Amino acid sequence: MVDTSWAAIAVAVPLLAALASLWPGRWTAVAVMAVAVPGALLATLGVVWTVYEIGVYRHPVGGWGAPLGIDLYVDGLAAAFLALLAVVAGLASLHVLADPDVKAMPRRRQSLFWSLWYWVWGALAAMFVSGDAFNIYVTLELATLAGVILVSFGHGAVALFASLRYLLIGTLGALSYVLGVALLYGATGTLDLVLLGERLVPGPAVVVAAALVTVGLAIKAALVPLHIWLPPAHGSAPAGVSAILSALVVKAGFYLLVRYWLGPFVSLGDGVATALGILGAVGVLWGSLNAIRQERLKLLVAYSTVAQVGYLFLLFPLAAAGGHVMAWSGAHLLVLSHATAKAAAFLAAGNILTSQGTDHLSEIGRASHHHRLSLLAFGLAGATLMGLPPSGGFLAKWLMVTAAVETGQWWWAAVLIIGGKLAAIYVYRVVRLGFVTSPMEPPGAAGPPRPPGLLPVPMLTILAALGLAVVSVGLGFASAPPLRLLQIGMPAAPGIALEPLP
Amino acid sequence: MDQADIYILAGMALFAIALHALAARRHLVRKVLAINILGGGCFLVLIAVARRAPGPVADPVPHAMVLTGIVVAVSVTAVALILVRRIRSATGRTDFPEDNRDDRV
Repeated sequence: MVDTSWAAIAVAVPLLAALASLWPGRWTAVAVMAVAVPGALLATLGVVWTVYEIGVYRHPVGGWGAPLGIDLYVDGLAAAFLALLAVVAGLASLHVLADPDVKAMPRRRQSLFWSLWYWVWGALAAMFVSGDAFNIYVTLELATLAGVILVSFGHGAVALFASLRYLLIGTLGALSYVLGVALLYGATGTLDLVLLGERLVPGPAVVVAAALVTVGLAIKAALVPLHIWLPPAHGSAPAGVSAILSALVVKAGFYLLVRYWLGPFVSLGDGVATALGILGAVGVLWGSLNAIRQERLKLLVAYSTVAQVGYLFLLFPLAAAGGHVMAWSGAHLLVLSHATAKAAAFLAAGNILTSQGTDHLSEIGRASHHHRLSLLAFGLAGATLMGLPPSGGFLAKWLMVTAAVETGQWWWAAVLIIGGKLAAIYVYRVVRLGFVTSPMEPPGAAGPPRPPGLLPVPMLTILAALGLAVVSVGLGFASAPPLRLLQIGMPAAPGIALEPLP
Repeated sequence: MDQADIYILAGMALFAIALHALAARRHLVRKVLAINILGGGCFLVLIAVARRAPGPVADPVPHAMVLTGIVVAVSVTAVALILVRRIRSATGRTDFPEDNRDDRV
């Protein structure tokens, strides 16, 4: 299994699936999925296994090594994100396959949908293993462009407006990033992230470049106040699309900020780390308070993403103050558990919306027994979002609170705890509906009849949501393997960047 | 300050102007044009960076980046224009409903 080319295969499988999906035919989607999802999982296992065996490695694509060629760079963090991608996108694919909204599309639109779906997947996989600043720009734009078109598959003009806004702001982010990369290239003569770290000499041009890169990536990560594009886009996209956008595409912006600020930019000062932490804390409060105010379930979940992304940014001040291992482990475990929980929440919300034709909270209560499995998935995911023990979210926040206390920065711990309480409020607003007995449900009766006007939801879509919710809770029980993986190739302490070139 | 520096500053100025247009202009096509000019600013900076390389010939790597960037910009523009057209045919609007004043030409 030890073979560096698994990383390239993990990228190639979804890209080939994107092409194959365009083949006309009734069974194309099923056939492509039957090959692509296990294939991507297998390749990801290969990558994870290789990282366990040989540690951080580079794969020279096509045999052309850096600096002439473009290397893939794989460490524990990249392998963990690849694994997250394969699990979340794989289970969400099952949901899309059975989703009545997707099945109702004309066949040609369906094949376009699937092709774009795998494009997002492939672009993210390429981004996670990319060690090259410009390659990252291309993958960012690929993921955004495919994601934008997928959002426009949602219902009505709202989805069109949301998708255009997402495209304009997303492209602004990517161009800000590439302008920064251009200046970095001018200052160092390289695009390789490791070489960049070795050659970077702080100066005015580098500071401007770092600012442009950071703003560009913060837009992609929906860091407050650059989050305004997120709730409409994630709130109006088809369920599966909302799930991968919220679980994975937003995390990609954070992932790249970690790559830069705990990599080449680490010497540019702790002030930026504190600033990112403050914006993250504002995001936690702002996103949670807005989530509490929402009347539509999908918008509630979308604002919750703004809040949960805010937590992740506490990594930067915690790591800069020396709470390194704890903060690193905690923040990335939170990425894993939030991504699975958020995907589950969006899929569950999508099932309710599909069945009832609306996701207004007041309406859901009227037929709650019909949605009880979806509400169960939502509740399990909510336990992770709140950070209830023994979920993955609990352990992640525990690690981050410990890091905050150990470095004497209790205010970050306060943010984590207050954010958890606010999450409890908005999760409770939804879960409560599951206990509202509707008038037509006699107490104790087995299997009340389906209220009129509700569409049945395929079991597969419910199982996909439940599966993701169980993974997010299960991360609290089986956290040792992912934590061990995340620490392979972890930047040792501020000041020491990625592994040097072999 | 040599010629390349002037081009780099000009590229960044272009970026700033387009950023203003993207925020201030309400008509959706103008916003799409602003995105293209943003890209133009980036490309100008990249080409100036290429000229700065030591030796008689320009550095080819930024040129390759500009070519890739143009392909991305064309794709983004195509998708954006299609969305603008679909918004117009679905709602009759050429601006975001949140910006409820008419575009000032």
